[in-house]
Amino acid sequence: MTERYETDVIIIGAGPCGLFAVFELGLLDLKCHLVDILDKPGGQCAELYPEKPIYDIPALPIVSGQELTDRLMEQIAPFEPTFHFGQMAEKIQKLDNGKWELTTDIGTVLEAPVIVIAAGGGSFMPKKPPIPELESYEGESVFYAVRKMDAFRDHDLVIAGGGDSALDWCLNLQPIAKSVTLVHRRDDFRAAPDSVLKMRKLVEDGKMGLVIGNITGVDGDGTQVDALQVKTKEQGELELKCSRFLAFYGLTMKLGPVAEFGLNLHENLIPVDTEKFETSERGIFAIGDINHYPGKLKLILSGFHEAALMAQEAFRIIHPDKKLRFQYTTSSSDLQKKLGVAEGKAA
Amino acid sequence: MKIFVTDQDGNQHELEAIEGWQVMEIIRDHGLPIKAECGGACCCATCHVYVDPDWANKIYLMREDEDDMLDETFDREENSRLSCQIIMSEELDGLKVTLADSAKP
Repeated sequence: MTERYETDVIIIGAGPCGLFAVFELGLLDLKCHLVDILDKPGGQCAELYPEKPIYDIPALPIVSGQELTDRLMEQIAPFEPTFHFGQMAEKIQKLDNGKWELTTDIGTVLEAPVIVIAAGGGSFMPKKPPIPELESYEGESVFYAVRKMDAFRDHDLVIAGGGDSALDWCLNLQPIAKSVTLVHRRDDFRAAPDSVLKMRKLVEDGKMGLVIGNITGVDGDGTQVDALQVKTKEQGELELKCSRFLAFYGLTMKLGPVAEFGLNLHENLIPVDTEKFETSERGIFAIGDINHYPGKLKLILSGFHEAALMAQEAFRIIHPDKKLRFQYTTSSSDLQKKLGVAEGKAA
Repeated sequence: MKIFVTDQDGNQHELEAIEGWQVMEIIRDHGLPIKAECGGACCCATCHVYVDPDWANKIYLMREDEDDMLDETFDREENSRLSCQIIMSEELDGLKVTLADSAKP
C-alpha cells in the first residue's frame, strides 16, 4: 500500500538541524514532513553519543546528545511535524506542477515545493562483516535488523555482536526460535548489564549457546544459509549449523542515495550558497554537516543558523506572492500564537 | 614534533604533530584517508590505526569504551587503537602508526 502525502517542506534527516528547521519553517507557517532511516529523532546525537556531553550549544553549558534532542522535540511540538522513521529517502524527481516528489525505500511518497537535506554524514547503515559471498544471502536468510520477529520463529538462529541490539534480540527471540547461539569476539559484553546477566543465565541453563570467536565463512546454496564457520581461540575452527543469521556489528554512515539525486557534489558534500543554503537545484536546500561552503564549520550551531536563513527562501518559493515579514518571538503576538504561548490563550 | 603514518595503500607520510592534539586530528588535518565519523568522541571505530610495536608500550592503556568500540571493527589486531584516543605529547614524538582499512572514508 503506497502512502502519499503533500506538504510544504520535506526534510531529509531528523537530527538536530532537521529538527530545528521545523521550528524556523514553522514560524513562517510552513508545515514539514521528516524522513529518517533511524527509528527515532536525534540523528548522530541520539545514535552515536546519546550520553556524551556537548559543551558548545549556545546558552547550554552542558547538554547530552539525548537531552538536546528531547529539548528540540519539545521546542518544535507546536508545529506538529510528521515523522517517517525507519525509512531512507531513496529518490527525488521534479513533477510537472513544479513541485518535488520524494520516494522512500519502503514506498512512501511525499510531495512538496521544497526539500531540505539535513542528512549529516549520510544514512546510518549496518556495518557488514567481511565474509565472502555473504551478500547473496542478505534479505533471504541473513539480516542486519529484525522487522518481524515471526520471521525467526522455529529457526536455528545465530546472532553476532556484543552490544544491546545483539543481546536484546537474543533474549526476545530465544522463546520462539528453535535454537539461539550468540557469537562475539570476546567474552565481555557492552550491552546493559541486566541483559548480559539474563543471557548468561540462559546459557547456563542450556537454553542458548554462546561461542567466543569470529565468524569467517558462510555455507549454503547462495540464498539459504546452512552453517557459519567460526574461528575460536580455544577450540579452533567450528561449524555452527543455522538457518538464520542476524549480525549486529553497529552502524556506520554512508551518503547513500542522496549521491544519486542529481545535485552537484564536492567530496561527498553538497555545495550551497551562504545566503539561502540552496543547492544546484532550485527548491532543494542543504543544511548542517552535509553541506559545503567556504569557511564551513561542522557545528550544530552552524546548522541552526543555516536553517533560519534557508527558511526565508523556502517561504519565498512556497508563497511567491506573499511578503515576508521578519518578526521576533519576544515581541510578535502572531509568532507567540503559533508557539501556543500567546497571552489570553485558553488554559 | 612528528608522527609517521602509513596509509592503507602502504604510502608513508611524515606529519608535523602538535602537542595536545588527538593523533586522529593530526592525520585528518593533513588530508589522509581517515573517516573519523564521530569526530573524536570514541563513539565509532573509524579512526582505527595499528601502532608500531616499538611504540605499543609507550602509549597509555586503552579505556573500556575504546576497547568496546574496537570490537565493532573487523580488522582488529593486538596493536589496534583508536587514534582519537591517543593524545600527542613529547613522549610520542616520532610515533609510528598504520591506518586500518576500516578507517577508510
